Amino acid sequence: MLSVQVGAAAVPPAVLAGMPRLRWGWAGAGLLALAASCGVGVLVGPVHIGVGTVVQTLVGGAVDPGQANILWSLRFPRVVLGVLVGGTLAIAGAAYQGVFRNPLADPYLLGAAAGANLGATLAIALAPGTSVLGVNVVPLAAFVGAGAAVSGAYALGRSVTGLRSATGLILAGVAIAAFFNSIQSYVQQTQTSSIRQVYSWILGRLVTAGWDDVLLILPYVLLSVVAIYLHRRLLDALTLGEDEVTSLGIPVRRVRLIVVVAATLGTAAVVAVGGTIAFVGIIVPHTIRLLVGRSYRVVIPLSVLFGAAFLVLADAAARTVVAPAELPIGVITAFLGAPFFIAVMRSTRAAAL
Amino acid sequence: MSDIVLAGVSVAYDGEPVVRDLDLTVASGEWLALIGPNGAGKTTILRAIARLVSFRGEIRIGGRAVTELSSRDVARKVAVLVQEPQMPAGMTVAQYVLLGRAPHLGYLGKESSRDRRIVRDVVRRLALEELASRPLDRLSGGERQRAAIARALAQQAPVLLIDEPTSSLDVGRQQSVLELIDQLRKEQELTVIAAMHELTLAGQYADRLALLVGGRLAAVGSAAEVLTEPAIAEHYRAQVKVIQMNGSGTAVVPVRN
Repeated sequence: MLSVQVGAAAVPPAVLAGMPRLRWGWAGAGLLALAASCGVGVLVGPVHIGVGTVVQTLVGGAVDPGQANILWSLRFPRVVLGVLVGGTLAIAGAAYQGVFRNPLADPYLLGAAAGANLGATLAIALAPGTSVLGVNVVPLAAFVGAGAAVSGAYALGRSVTGLRSATGLILAGVAIAAFFNSIQSYVQQTQTSSIRQVYSWILGRLVTAGWDDVLLILPYVLLSVVAIYLHRRLLDALTLGEDEVTSLGIPVRRVRLIVVVAATLGTAAVVAVGGTIAFVGIIVPHTIRLLVGRSYRVVIPLSVLFGAAFLVLADAAARTVVAPAELPIGVITAFLGAPFFIAVMRSTRAAAL
Repeated sequence: MSDIVLAGVSVAYDGEPVVRDLDLTVASGEWLALIGPNGAGKTTILRAIARLVSFRGEIRIGGRAVTELSSRDVARKVAVLVQEPQMPAGMTVAQYVLLGRAPHLGYLGKESSRDRRIVRDVVRRLALEELASRPLDRLSGGERQRAAIARALAQQAPVLLIDEPTSSLDVGRQQSVLELIDQLRKEQELTVIAAMHELTLAGQYADRLALLVGGRLAAVGSAAEVLTEPAIAEHYRAQVKVIQMNGSGTAVVPVRN
């Protein structure tokens, strides 16, 4: 149909400029940032441990057993969890922004975190220690709660303001979060026996994080990140108008559903260990859009790398600024994220994304 | 092979009939212009052919009912150029045209080097090469229209549905866009159905015109047959003079008494 003319005289370059692709330089920069932040995360702490000791410990050399113990049971799992939580929150933010075509979408602002908290609280309070088919029921309940919150925010946002308005969805998410938080407070107050456990859930357990927590969330995080990553081309297509995407033969509803479920699953899992951490899903993807490009083929993979690096650094900061005490990590991300959010809101012209 | 047959097609939005019992045949390689006053159902017919809206009756492309095709198969047969294409800010022209390859990819598939070559050729054909890495929001109106045509062409579908191709362009750009579509139609043997509001241009470029009024077909035929003063007065409530311009078509000129 299309006549392909290969000129004999002047053969033009085979590659067309402007094609979407992730440049090696940026992927390398992301990996480097991640490695550097992990280094900082491992080295920062009340007990001084040198770089040499860390390396020796990793390769199985002879080191002081006390220091090895601190590294293996405290710092390594905490850094690994930071990587999982940060990478997931950033990719989930980018995914929600693509699906809802809303630059302000964030796992926290859509109510996903509040929903996960409510689900987890109900499970801890009403059915402590239960497992379904050998799976701890708490993360499952958190997922159901997060899913309910996101679908509630979506339905409410659509019915009240229509999805043309970027802020309508977010206001709906905030309202849902407030509602869920109130129920959760009520359950918490009436179930005093489990209150400590609930508190430790909500405030996040990066503080006491161990390998158990890593193993608990790893399957959900992997599933979520892989599913979103595989949809990066389709997320680009969703930026077109509704009729245009459909006329390209893309099953829009299926794409939206799968990506939202994946992002919500990942969010629910990381809220379980990280507690309420806001704005990572706004800061990281938007910085990448600004610096590198807007294609989801770039935004999605780089969000994982830089999101992980960002959260590990934020956690290191949370441990240092008021040492020997610790700040909740959400304090750091909100402190940086809220001004950023306002900047994004100001620059959003008609929610063009 | 890419002829289009509509038989008894009706479309309703929320129970409100928009297209009523329409019969229409478009030959392979033909350019049919859908004309008619605002709200006559022109866009809806295009949406029905591309299966973007559900309809009663039957629509066949190349002998096959569109309702029996998967949406990906429809997209391989029919490319749609909507009236105001949404052009995401920051997306490059090349990336935008590449989206046109979607119907040829699996659900989670990735474009092959062949897909990228096709995009490169389309971009070249439409003289967009210099602009390939420019963001869509930094194109002029005419350039945007060419980018949209390029995206549709990258689909390599034998049928091209166009909704008001010239609505926001000046007279020179209107002509160049329509000339381009006509050239492409001949080069690539495309069947073109275009909703057009500019009657003189519709008469000059289309092989046949279908006049729609209130979702029904009021007349179909050549420009000389359809564009008559009484018909336009009746259906558009417009005072016009229709002038036959010795071999350069039929001009419809508004007059003021």
